[in-house]
Amino acid sequence: MTDAEELRSLTRQLLADHPPATTDRTDFLRARFDAGLAWVHYPVGLGGLDAPRALQAVVDTELAAAGAPDNDPRRIGIGLGMAAPTLLAYGSDEVKRRFLRPLWVGEEVWCQLFSEPGAGSDLAALGTRAVRDGGDWVVDGQKVWTSSAHVARWAILIARTDPDVPKHRGITYFVCDMTDPGVEVRPLRQITGEAEFNEVFLTGVRIPDAHRLGETGDGWRVAQTTLMNERVSIGGARIPREGGMIGKAATTWRERPELRTHDLHRRLLDLWVDAEVARLTGERLRQQLVAGQPGPEGSAMKLGFARLNQAISGLEVELLGEEGLLYGEWEMRRPELVDFTGRDAGYRYLRSKGNSIEGGTTEVLLNIVAERVLGLPSEPRNDKDVAWKDLSR
Amino acid sequence: MTERTAQSDLLYSETEDDLRAAVRSLLTDRAGHQELLGRIESDSPYVPGLWKALAGDMGAAGLLVPEKLGGQGASHREAAVVLEELGRAVTPAPYLTSAVVATETLLALAGESTPAAELLSGLASGRTVAVLAVPLSASPYAEPSERSTASTVTGVADAGAADVLLVSRADGLYAVPAGEATVEPQIPLDLTRPLARVTTEAGSGTLLAGPDAAAAAIRRGLLAGAGLLASEQLGLAEWCLEETVRHTRERHQFNRPVGSFQALKHRMAQLWLDVVGARAAARAAADALATGSPDAPLTVAVAQAYCSKVAVRAAEECVQLHGGIGMTWEHPAHIALKRAKSDQLALGSAGRHQDAIAALVDLPAPA
Repeated sequence: MTDAEELRSLTRQLLADHPPATTDRTDFLRARFDAGLAWVHYPVGLGGLDAPRALQAVVDTELAAAGAPDNDPRRIGIGLGMAAPTLLAYGSDEVKRRFLRPLWVGEEVWCQLFSEPGAGSDLAALGTRAVRDGGDWVVDGQKVWTSSAHVARWAILIARTDPDVPKHRGITYFVCDMTDPGVEVRPLRQITGEAEFNEVFLTGVRIPDAHRLGETGDGWRVAQTTLMNERVSIGGARIPREGGMIGKAATTWRERPELRTHDLHRRLLDLWVDAEVARLTGERLRQQLVAGQPGPEGSAMKLGFARLNQAISGLEVELLGEEGLLYGEWEMRRPELVDFTGRDAGYRYLRSKGNSIEGGTTEVLLNIVAERVLGLPSEPRNDKDVAWKDLSR
Repeated sequence: MTERTAQSDLLYSETEDDLRAAVRSLLTDRAGHQELLGRIESDSPYVPGLWKALAGDMGAAGLLVPEKLGGQGASHREAAVVLEELGRAVTPAPYLTSAVVATETLLALAGESTPAAELLSGLASGRTVAVLAVPLSASPYAEPSERSTASTVTGVADAGAADVLLVSRADGLYAVPAGEATVEPQIPLDLTRPLARVTTEAGSGTLLAGPDAAAAAIRRGLLAGAGLLASEQLGLAEWCLEETVRHTRERHQFNRPVGSFQALKHRMAQLWLDVVGARAAARAAADALATGSPDAPLTVAVAQAYCSKVAVRAAEECVQLHGGIGMTWEHPAHIALKRAKSDQLALGSAGRHQDAIAALVDLPAPA
């Protein structure tokens, strides 16, 4: 077992051997991975030291103080938050060794090929087919809402391998090579004017069986690991007061007294209180994780932030009055990063509409809270015992 | 983990968990909802012997009082846990009024005032109940000049249970024995927290402090009361949610448990999210008061502005989702609703607390 003292001294050793000021960013990150200081709770040899997850903070604090480069978790969010835990849980040793280091360093960006035009919230209804052909699988179908597909090197993919069994049982989970000639990525222009998402068309894409994660037909269970990690990936960082979107609105309020009205004042204060309580809820969740008592509060965070971001950005547009009628630019761009608080109020207003849809709609997540946290009965279902091919679509 | 920071601790300690279990078990045995329903229209809703067991035997009344003054030397964090349980059970007990508001007011004076220190040790042991003679709705932000210094004060919570009334007059704060005051019961919206009209004669009682020290002490008492009231509201909201979930799982309509209908599930899930937020806000307020943090006034105002709304929403949803059952006198939902609505006005309305926030974080109203 590695303790805080030992981690601190290993981190200092890393900094001494590779001074951040004179070391290439990528080289530093590779050295950090090799020292087991990337994610300390991962196994030795895979970027970690089998240490308690809570001790990551010790390493991060030391490195930040020394001005070391970080691996820009925003840019590699899908790889870090979704692909990595799934690879760790279900990949062969060879797969783990091949993928985890370049993933963590950010040399290889990952995307996630789950949602389809006909299977969004009802993800298990997906129709993309994977058919066994010798040592390979051949994949045909269409995916949608894929962030980072245009820059991704690899994807996690779920596809139907058996249409004759009920929908949750005939799915298999794969690692898909985004450079395969059968992969076509098309930008999907959004409400903001940008194309941060894509449609992905898969035509005769070949995936070696070695890149299957979990058993054939067990992909739904594997996907649960991915989705659970998507929803708990927040909680690492402390957010300062007014750290989110509320800070933007509060600053405008302070700097522009001529814009103030009584109606907006009351609503701004309501939202300020809600934002502060959301921050405290996040802090409480973080403390629970550190104390090794993870609670279901993680589900509250995403739901709360979606509602708050939408309400605050909506108020901001109103607050700006005449300026709120203008928009920065509609020119189609392909951003590498999603920047929720960036650009102008109109952009924030439009972009935040996605917060209650992406990563599980608010309605579906409320069902999950009701059933898994509160223990309320599920709604009657008529799709559980029917073969996927016989479901109405 | 060796990293220590000044960040507030929002979790519960083992001691706090133990205290919670003890209080809950006492209240379940002695002051269940059926017991309460039988008492609310009698002369006194207080369960005989309960105060002695809670305040005296368990030491809950002295949590805020240092050991050298006869108390437990614990803190607002522990008192908050007691209030969560009293809120869950909607218990009639002068805890918020005597063990928090009056106690905290006296603590501000105990250094200089021997009578205050002596009174405090009686409060800490639970032998004496004292109540600050201000309306339950009194805001911590009111200027002393706005505060009633008339001989009659209305809407004083738990005055009927008090042995001593702390009376604010133009020349300072006085401790007036209940026998020297006239206490006339009023009919309260919240049957579990009796209100009374209190009249005292000028010159009666013992002077505890002059006007300036008294004003500061009262403000401190009301602020601590407001901060910990959030925990009572949290406990109440949590009970309302649990009870509603339990009921809708068991109640069948249209050949299904009503809790399986998505419209209802979403409402209860939303309520759960609100309760999760209320817990963080109430814990932050209790911790800020316990550590004497400079952030305490803001944290208290945030907790009040948030938790009073959540408690009312939870109680209103509890009544609605129980259907006709929720409208009956036999079901305890109405006790919770009456407490929640009354708590919303207690110790400063949500709006008053929001105004305080606007000043504290520099979000001024339009000129």
